[in-house]
Amino acid sequence: MYQSVLDLVGETPIVDVSALSPNPNVRILAKLEGRNPAGSVKDRIAKNLIEAAERDGLLIPGAPDQVLIEPSSGNTGIGLAMVCKLKGYHLKVVMPANVSIERRQLLLVWGAEIIESPGSEGSNGAVRMAHQLAEAHPEWVFLYQYANPANPEAHYRTTGPEIFRDVPDITHFVAGLGTSGTLMGVGKYLKEQNPAIQLWAIEPPSGEMVDGLRNLDDGYIPPVFTDNHGAELLDRKTVVRPRESLEWTRKMIDVGLFVGISSGAIMAGAVRCASLIPQGESATIVTIACDDGWKYLSTGAWTDDLDEVVERAKRIIYF
Amino acid sequence: MTVSIRIPTVLRPQTGGSASVAFDGATIGEVLGAMVAAHPGLAGQVFSADGSLHKFVNIYVNDDDVRYTGGLETPVADGDEVTILPAVAGGAA
Repeated sequence: MYQSVLDLVGETPIVDVSALSPNPNVRILAKLEGRNPAGSVKDRIAKNLIEAAERDGLLIPGAPDQVLIEPSSGNTGIGLAMVCKLKGYHLKVVMPANVSIERRQLLLVWGAEIIESPGSEGSNGAVRMAHQLAEAHPEWVFLYQYANPANPEAHYRTTGPEIFRDVPDITHFVAGLGTSGTLMGVGKYLKEQNPAIQLWAIEPPSGEMVDGLRNLDDGYIPPVFTDNHGAELLDRKTVVRPRESLEWTRKMIDVGLFVGISSGAIMAGAVRCASLIPQGESATIVTIACDDGWKYLSTGAWTDDLDEVVERAKRIIYF
Repeated sequence: MTVSIRIPTVLRPQTGGSASVAFDGATIGEVLGAMVAAHPGLAGQVFSADGSLHKFVNIYVNDDDVRYTGGLETPVADGDEVTILPAVAGGAA
């Protein structure tokens, strides 16, 4: 019996998906973050970002007319919108125009307001616009997930300890790189327990699709990554392209997992990692399944011709 | 060792619009050196003044970021694919 839906955040199950491993000596385990109440791993940071802001006095529980603004391509916005609904805050989400329709709908379900940024500028454009709006409206609370220490802290305090408790023989942790909060928080915790644990970051080829850049000086590295010395913490960073992401999203159905496209990308990375373990050595890889497949049904990811979906995936933000 | 290099949209003005170029070298540093010698407009985009990789550029050999595989000393082999990507705010957020 739980007092609040917020108490349902975290403590997600880990399931053995080694049937998909290309190497019989390598186990692959997936932590199912879609089981969180608003449907993704981002519920963890949404809850912690808001609770930290309340502790710091930036937000006052119960006070009227409190407004938050946040750039998000989807899941953080959805998680924050759910927490804000429960706590009575008004949330404005700055989101690129080219995200799946379900992500937009879910934000509206939870009562958030959507401010669209140009799709061609990707998440960069959303971050930039949120900064501008936050500067113009100092009365709004800007939690800024890309720089807020409460983001990696949520994973250092919950996701990391859950993984090490459930899988003490973990040798590799493979996760997606967005704000870098998951990898920085979980990675720091796991390396403290066993410095030999290897951290693999998986990323989509975002920079290939963003055409709003004038030159590389418009680039962006999340402060959460630099503040936590990400370049020293990570052991490997690898790109997984849309076709491989979609292929593995489909293959995960074979082990009973209907997960989002970023989870397929991360699984593809875990499979690459497993295939590089030398013969005669064993390994246990833990991956994150960030969310379930529901939000991506409109993309045709499972049902349409793969070539067509790959082309479509190049134009939307799916990670 | 000839390797092909995928050029992102943002850098194509420096390659005369080409999306892919090919150069020789035994390490990624040598390959990129040959590339900027042929396309000088790329020098300031790929390298910092001190010769290290530009902060906002990521270089991948067969999709692995070279910052984690030996930096500019990362060896390359015939047929390897190099990708240059600008560092941008990722998805998953």
